[in-house]
Amino acid sequence: MDLRDTAEEAAFRTELRAWLDANLPEEKRGWRGGGQRFEDDFGRTWSRRLHDAGYAGLTWPKEYGGAGAPYSFQAIFYEELARAQAPGHVGVIGLGMAGPTIIAHGTDEQKRSHLARILSAEEIWCQGFSEPDAGSDLAAARTRAERRGDVYVINGQKVWSSFAHIADFCILVTLSDPDAPRYKGLTYLIVDMHSSGVEVRPLRQITGEAEFNEIFFTDVEVPVSNRIGEEGEGWQVAMTTLLHERATLGFALTATLDVGVGRLLETARRHANGDVGVRERVAAEWIELQALRYTNYRSLGTYTRTGIPGPEGSAIKLRWSEQNQRLTKLGRELLGPEGILDDGWWHYQQLRSRGNTIEAGSSEILRNIVAERVLGLPRSR
Amino acid sequence: MDFAFSDVQRQLQREVRGFLAANYPLDRDWDGPQNDRWDELAELGWLGGAELSFVEEAILFEETGYALYPGPFLATVGFALPALGPDEREAAAAGEVRWSAEVKGLVPWLGSVDMVVDSDGNAQLARGEELPTVDPTRPLGRLERSNGTPLPGARDVPRARTAMAAEAVGVAQRALELGIEYAKTREQFGKKIGVYQAVSHQLANTYTDVELARSLVYWAAWCVAEGDEQAAVAAAAAKAFAAEAAVAACERSIQVHGGIGFTWEHALHRFYKRALWLEGVGSRPPELRAEVADALLGTAVAV
Repeated sequence: MDLRDTAEEAAFRTELRAWLDANLPEEKRGWRGGGQRFEDDFGRTWSRRLHDAGYAGLTWPKEYGGAGAPYSFQAIFYEELARAQAPGHVGVIGLGMAGPTIIAHGTDEQKRSHLARILSAEEIWCQGFSEPDAGSDLAAARTRAERRGDVYVINGQKVWSSFAHIADFCILVTLSDPDAPRYKGLTYLIVDMHSSGVEVRPLRQITGEAEFNEIFFTDVEVPVSNRIGEEGEGWQVAMTTLLHERATLGFALTATLDVGVGRLLETARRHANGDVGVRERVAAEWIELQALRYTNYRSLGTYTRTGIPGPEGSAIKLRWSEQNQRLTKLGRELLGPEGILDDGWWHYQQLRSRGNTIEAGSSEILRNIVAERVLGLPRSR
Repeated sequence: MDFAFSDVQRQLQREVRGFLAANYPLDRDWDGPQNDRWDELAELGWLGGAELSFVEEAILFEETGYALYPGPFLATVGFALPALGPDEREAAAAGEVRWSAEVKGLVPWLGSVDMVVDSDGNAQLARGEELPTVDPTRPLGRLERSNGTPLPGARDVPRARTAMAAEAVGVAQRALELGIEYAKTREQFGKKIGVYQAVSHQLANTYTDVELARSLVYWAAWCVAEGDEQAAVAAAAAKAFAAEAAVAACERSIQVHGGIGFTWEHALHRFYKRALWLEGVGSRPPELRAEVADALLGTAVAV
């Protein structure tokens, strides 16, 4: 156990910090996240710059254009982004989900076509998993894929798909065999979002912005060569996608909290420095942030040793989402009546945080996962 | 950056768990006299003889909490040791002299230790009135002071707090395991009660609390062991979070157990009482959070 950076980690951190100082435009600091990503092309430009400097795909193998670095480098990357209050790479789905899935299960042709372009943000990806009647229950997906010669013909609807309105490709879970037993009739496809028959309708959210979308597929033809894994094995491939989502998600989440708690301290210094009760609540949020930070490090230790994210990881998203709701509420409360007239930061964050306990695994589902897979309790359904 | 135990540390963890499980089972005679096996602890090197780092000692404290070990190990190793000189350490490590320390005017185990580090850092003979507490294995006493003998070392508050926090994690872990076991076996309406989310989600909440508390404790233990500048704030954070987590873990576990959890016969109340003791001795969670706030925001200014 040594919580200090190794010499290599320290060197990477120093270099990255200097790079961010030199390259991040001043007006882009204080990144509020959410729909701000889509306001202009800065997202793609910035992602391209991160890539050119070697910071995209840090943990991807070198043969696929990554840096082949240990996961601790990815952790440092998120910490330094948070410290600089800088935006990350816009290819969240490509880097964290589609890319690793293609690396694990894709054909050589798929690897050649997509991996380098995901890193450089020339391709933005979205995820087509949830449906109106299949939210938490992915195995209930009804979007049909019918095989006709060399193509699958897709008909159906996906929902809650972030980035779909700017995406070039989609990782899509389809039902290819409605008669197969549950988990056995799904097929995993790469869909070109510019294909004929794909329609994207942005969904306006509680914040007024549209970050996520509905996607409608009407007789969309997808070449069979775009299939990842075998027909009927979509469930297993999708599990790889979700496993990779969890492996590094914790650090990305903690980075957003790091910014939030930093802001909370500033707000508290200005607005409530003599209120003992408020000071205690602020301290509690800082403590919880440290607890999540060091739980990430413990989980990383397990991952580095075993190649599988540790069970601690499932606790992180659950606690992160609840903490973000609590702290954004506190931040706005500290402003007093100004809270509803403010510059928008806390007001916006409080509204946006309501999605945190729903997106990427609702809290109810995550508690079921903890109960069943970690604690070994009997299945509740 | 490496936040994992070494193989040697994992081995130590298994040994402690095994020793305590063999000697302090859940079906022990709780209300009879308790044997603290002090000589065996000395032989194992846990009283200072093995020169363990504080990260390793934190492993021991987590396990003494998990097993509800009854003796004054926390007082001697967690509270008193840093104040002692070489001769006193040698006698303590050999199991010849048991120590405690004055914590906010009260001395844990005053009646069963030999010597006390008082609040000025002097050695005192352990004399005075002993008061029973919520945890019958952990009385607190009011020291009858004499002049005392100055000790060479200093009190180490972060170390003492982290030791209590580590015990609290062990208590919380055990309360969680008891709850899981019960939810997996007890049937109502023809189903194991763990099937019901009203039950299983309570245990999932405890699990997240325990994992977060454990992370804070290991962080604080490393800071204490390394003399890191964050030791004070990390230890305050760890004790505040872990003590509350332990109390909540026991309360949820009692609820999951239903009626049997509320009986004297079941061991759960012993864990609950240990958790309450850990939360109440020394600085309590709100005071600790106030200290953290002072470190983060500067001292409070009246408005």
